[in-house]
Amino acid sequence: MVIIQEADFDIAEEVKVLRAQSSETGAIVTFIGLVRDISDSDKVSGLYLEHYPGMTEKSIEGIVDAAKSRWQLIGTRVIHRVGQLSPSDQIVLVAVTSQHRKDAFLACEFIMDYLKTRAPFWKKEQTTEGERWLETRSSDVDAASQWQNEESC
Amino acid sequence: MVIEILYFARIREILGMGREQMTLNDDIEDIASLIDYLCGARDDRWSSTLQQENLLISVNQSMVKADHGLRDGDEVAFFPPVSGG
Repeated sequence: MVIIQEADFDIAEEVKVLRAQSSETGAIVTFIGLVRDISDSDKVSGLYLEHYPGMTEKSIEGIVDAAKSRWQLIGTRVIHRVGQLSPSDQIVLVAVTSQHRKDAFLACEFIMDYLKTRAPFWKKEQTTEGERWLETRSSDVDAASQWQNEESC
Repeated sequence: MVIEILYFARIREILGMGREQMTLNDDIEDIASLIDYLCGARDDRWSSTLQQENLLISVNQSMVKADHGLRDGDEVAFFPPVSGG
C-alpha cells in the first residue's frame, strides 16, 4: 500500500497492520527517512516537499511491483510525507514483510533506492543561505543503478 | 488537439505557472516539437528550463523521452530531477 500524506506516521501502528496481515510472516524490515538539519555544511531550518499527485502513487506502486516480482514478499507499506517539514521530522517509511529476512532486507533497500531516483518528489530546503531546490544526488543514481547491474549479471 | 501541461518545482517557480491548457497546431506532433514551439513562442524563461539536459518529461503520468508522440487530451508534465525520500 502506498500513501502520500502531510500528516506524520506512527511506525508502531504500521508494523501492527503488517503483522496482522499473515501468520506466515517471519520478517519485517522498516526504513525511516528523516529531515537532517545540515546540508552541504549549511544549517537547515525546514524542508518543503512538493509532488505530482497521481503520478507519485503510480510510480511507487510500480517500484513495489518490481520488488514483488524479484523477491518473495508478503506485504509492503510505503508512506511519504509532503508539505512543510522541520529538522528531525519523519519523511518516508518503507516497510516490507516476508517469510525470511533476506527478501525483506533486499526489497526494502531496492524500493528506497528506486523511490529516490524515480518518484516525482522535490525537496526545497530552507537554509541560513536562503531557499534552494534539491536535485537527485549522483550517489542516489549509483545506488539505484547497482540493482540493474546485478540484474544483468 | 488540446493538451494539459503541468510544471513542477524549480521549473514551476521560474515559469510562474503550474498548469496550462493548450490547443496545438497540427505540426506539433511530439514532445520535441512542443518544446521547440514553447521555446520559440515565449520568453527566455522557457528555453532556460525546457532545454536543460536533465529535464524530465512525463505523458499521462509515465516518464517518456522527447520523441514521444502526443494525442488529444494528453497530460504532459515537465519537471527537474527528483529528490524525494
